[in-house]
Amino acid sequence: MSTDPGQVDRISGQTTTGHEWDGIRELNTPLPRWWLWLFYLTIAFAVAYWIVYPAWPLASSYTAGLFGYTNRGRVAEDLAAGQAARMQMAAGLEAASVDQIAADPKLTEIALAEGKAAFGDNCTPCHGSGGQGQRGYPNLTAGRWLWGGTLDQIDGTITHGIRADDPDTHTSAMPSFGKDGILKPEEIREVANYVRTLGGLEPEQGVDGAAGKKIFADNCSACHGEDGKGNIDMGAPNLTTKVWQYGSDINDLIYTITYARNSVMPAWGKRLDPVTIKSLAVYVHSLGGGT
Amino acid sequence: MTISTEEIYDGPLYEAAKKVYPQKVWGTYRRIKWVVLWIALGVYYILPFIRWNRGPNAPNQAVLVDIAHSRFYAFFIELWPQEVYYFTGLLILAALILFLSNALFGRVWCGYACPQTVWTDLFLWVERLIEGDRRDRIKLDAAPWTVDKIVKRVAKHAAWLVIAMLTGGAAMLYFVDAPTLLEDMVTLKGPFIAYLWAGILTFTTYSLAGHMREQVCLYMCPWPRIQAALTDNDALNVTYLVDRGEPRMSVKDAVKAHAHGQPAGDCIDCLQCVAVCPTGVDIRKGSQIGCIQCGLCIDACDAVMTKVHRPTRLIAYDTDENRERRKRGEANVYRLVRPRTILYAAVIALTGAIMLYALLTRTNSHLSVLHVRAPLFTQTAQGGVRNGYTLRFSNKLSEPSDFTLEVSGVKGATMTSAMAKPLDGGRLTVRLDPDSTLEVPVYVTAPPDVAPGKSTPLTFTATDAKTGERSVVVDNFFGP
Repeated sequence: MSTDPGQVDRISGQTTTGHEWDGIRELNTPLPRWWLWLFYLTIAFAVAYWIVYPAWPLASSYTAGLFGYTNRGRVAEDLAAGQAARMQMAAGLEAASVDQIAADPKLTEIALAEGKAAFGDNCTPCHGSGGQGQRGYPNLTAGRWLWGGTLDQIDGTITHGIRADDPDTHTSAMPSFGKDGILKPEEIREVANYVRTLGGLEPEQGVDGAAGKKIFADNCSACHGEDGKGNIDMGAPNLTTKVWQYGSDINDLIYTITYARNSVMPAWGKRLDPVTIKSLAVYVHSLGGGT
Repeated sequence: MTISTEEIYDGPLYEAAKKVYPQKVWGTYRRIKWVVLWIALGVYYILPFIRWNRGPNAPNQAVLVDIAHSRFYAFFIELWPQEVYYFTGLLILAALILFLSNALFGRVWCGYACPQTVWTDLFLWVERLIEGDRRDRIKLDAAPWTVDKIVKRVAKHAAWLVIAMLTGGAAMLYFVDAPTLLEDMVTLKGPFIAYLWAGILTFTTYSLAGHMREQVCLYMCPWPRIQAALTDNDALNVTYLVDRGEPRMSVKDAVKAHAHGQPAGDCIDCLQCVAVCPTGVDIRKGSQIGCIQCGLCIDACDAVMTKVHRPTRLIAYDTDENRERRKRGEANVYRLVRPRTILYAAVIALTGAIMLYALLTRTNSHLSVLHVRAPLFTQTAQGGVRNGYTLRFSNKLSEPSDFTLEVSGVKGATMTSAMAKPLDGGRLTVRLDPDSTLEVPVYVTAPPDVAPGKSTPLTFTATDAKTGERSVVVDNFFGP
């Protein structure tokens, strides 16, 4: 250290760095050397890190490190561990029937969690994120079921699908009354107006209600019932509710009767494991199931 | 002004830390430090073994940080992760108490209670026991490597490591059942993570208390800087009474000076205050960042003053204000109660009161409600309107709890849920496991003849059957 008196601050007795601003001199307060060693240690750590972990990009790959560690590998491990933990939780669902699951609060809790996730992955594109459906795709929260709303019926529908490639699939076909010439356009308009009244909606002015009723009795009641309450064995919708899958506007109804709809749902039994399907059934039933 | 080349200083930017050899000392403040040390260590080692009965479904350790189950237990207090704000309150209290103690007595925390001080004291005591006092240690450091030196060094580091391991190991006892873990760790059956953390804390204790010591206070700790900004003229700090001590001179010179009618201070420049200082500062240079205000220099100086038959407390807890007053020939005043300390005390009392209130009114059950957003509402087949809610019940008791759920606000509204059983009067009941939460989807349906508006307030009331505690949450019922 300098002993030059000019380099020593008179008040503190400390040496200065010689830097001076407007007569104020900067004191030299040397850092302890261990601090410097810590700094070198961090450099050594960085070098070791390059060797142990993947670090440097090469032309077509990268230095893999000593133990072949990858972030992606860690994610896969974590996912596998999560899956294993999930399977442990879901083990109870394996042996139980949907009714047994619904009767046991613990199993229900797990099934709802599983079912909610599976619904989001598989069902949401058509039925909506909350099961609210959309035009052409049934609303699962309204309590109106085409093929039945009990746990078993929902389980069956999910497993085998509707008009799907499955021997046990739900299948039925409404005739295209207009396209195939079964009913004349005026008759279709009359029966469409009658169907609106079944659901408590106002018919058009000047359309013959009695004629519509008769056409319904002759052509529709076989499937939809004389009172229009539908038949879940044939997937014939109940027409007396507030829920209209393809819209309740008169033109929507005329189109439906003229061309028929006959929408489809895949048979999920071929794609999902039984535990997931049971969980889905419990979840969908919880959204608005009936007995 | 330009700088000439001769003025550019090219000295070292780094220098080796100067080793401090604190000398043994005995007196009032040393005694206080020993008492605080044994209390601190006693609390640290005994606390995990204190039991506290919380019933069959909860751990019976009085203080436990249960990371695996994300619970914190401290005697009658049990905190859940969402109540972590209590720790914010504790931190605020700790900071304010530190400020108050600083305004009253300077760095009492640093000097007596800081773990760095406590463990450094302990390590110094071991070092002194094995290698001797200051002179012996300086000599030993300079001596060539003989068998004697090797034996002493090995013994010292071994003893340090044992203390460090006991320190690091004891920290683990706060995280799982202490007696079980102690047995597991001693029989080498403990979990790897416990050994790992015990090892890390062993290393930090050994290096910080054994090797780094005052370097921690000088270079690592932020508190000295903050303290320097917070102190004021009325704070009691360990101070060399410069007005009494200067001009310093030996006893002989003082006799001569007096004979010639010249002034002579009480300081005999014996450097005992520097010799005993654990951070190696010279208190006579005034208050400084390196001084942790442990008071050991007071003890050392008092001993010397007694020997030379001069009044003690040449170094004492004193205020800057009093130094100035004595210069003017006025008497000392001690203003412990002043706006600053009153303010600190008031804020401490306020924070403490808020925390106490929050703790005392803390409920054992909780209900939170989240409205289902997709769909916001559903028109049912019968023409009613249905809203979905995700309810989360919490039961903080160590026994199962039954909740009764009621809803009001929409006329004729009924509740359905796959997770709850119906009761009479449209109510639902939910059973919760001890110390758990449960998510319960609930659907509320307004009958067709009731036309709810776009948005109607809806009130959920959950009543804990056992304790009678009620959680009330108001949400909205949406309609077309």
